[in-house]
Amino acid sequence: MSPLEIFFTTLGMAAIALLCRAFFLLPDQELPMPRWLREGLRYAPTAALAAVVAPELVLTQGHLIDTWRDPRIFGALAGLLFYAWRSSLFGTIVCGTGVMLALRFGLGW
Amino acid sequence: MSLSSHVASFRASALALARRPLFLEGARDAVPMAIGIAAWGLVAGVAMAKSGMGLALAIFMSVIVYAGSAQIASLPLIAAGAPMWVVWATTLCVSLRFMAFSFHYRPFFAHLPRRQRIALSFLMGDTNFALFMRRFPERVAGPRHEDFFLGNAVVTFGVWQLSIITGIVAGHAIPASWGLGFAGTMALLALTCTQLRDSSTRVAAVVAACAAVAAYALPLKLNILVAIAAAVAFGVLADHARAAREGARP
Repeated sequence: MSPLEIFFTTLGMAAIALLCRAFFLLPDQELPMPRWLREGLRYAPTAALAAVVAPELVLTQGHLIDTWRDPRIFGALAGLLFYAWRSSLFGTIVCGTGVMLALRFGLGW
Repeated sequence: MSLSSHVASFRASALALARRPLFLEGARDAVPMAIGIAAWGLVAGVAMAKSGMGLALAIFMSVIVYAGSAQIASLPLIAAGAPMWVVWATTLCVSLRFMAFSFHYRPFFAHLPRRQRIALSFLMGDTNFALFMRRFPERVAGPRHEDFFLGNAVVTFGVWQLSIITGIVAGHAIPASWGLGFAGTMALLALTCTQLRDSSTRVAAVVAACAAVAAYALPLKLNILVAIAAAVAFGVLADHARAAREGARP
């Protein structure tokens, strides 16, 4: 793409991202929606987060990992355990990343 | 009004906002996440630097799009010279989760003027959303929810832009082996944990995780959409099953 094309592509991306974020806040009146969908949408944000995280943990180049000696799995488990113990966001990030780095550089996984 | 009086009134209202207790609380709550956001921003910035789109355009994109996952998804497409609509379609698929966010924010912000609602929308992100819903699981009368949101969002926006621009400028000096991206993933994992309120949300999250992995090969990052649909379908069924079970009791 030429710089000018990238510029216009970027403008479009910004418009789309903003429109999605503002979607239910734009109308002054409540949008009509069936009750089951209203209740089902309760699950959507959690699902979106889980859907972004999971492939990062168990896929390499689009393929499922085929060894248990993958530092990411143990890092994620350590993070989950830490969260269950302390419910601290900062601690979860540091503990998970720390375990991953220790396995990668300490054991050379 | 002249420009200088505009600036003065903006400054006065910004200063007043910064002193409100909920704004400060929101800002404080965002601090523990800063390490994850910074790491992730740095990774996104490095990816943008390596895509070869140039410094100015990369910074422009970071500031006006302000959606890390959409930006990263667009990079290989732009580098490969894909048609514009493919990039936009991918942006749409990756950003659809924001629609769910705006749906949940509506009861908190619906009373504000539309221009403010749009301004708040621009600042929405995964981090703000999870922290906001942890702080306010339900709308309560009284507090200015938007103050908390803004405090949270301003810190997140600042940390994100600072780190992504650092990544764009430093570019190749940051080796991939540092595992910075993993800190970002851990941040999202921690946020996911904050959202697991009951057993059906927990199972829905597992359903979404499995669906996202199984459907990973789909184009346009559609796997995220498939995962959300699967989790919502599961959630609706679980709610109905629970209602039926409780209805059956004498």
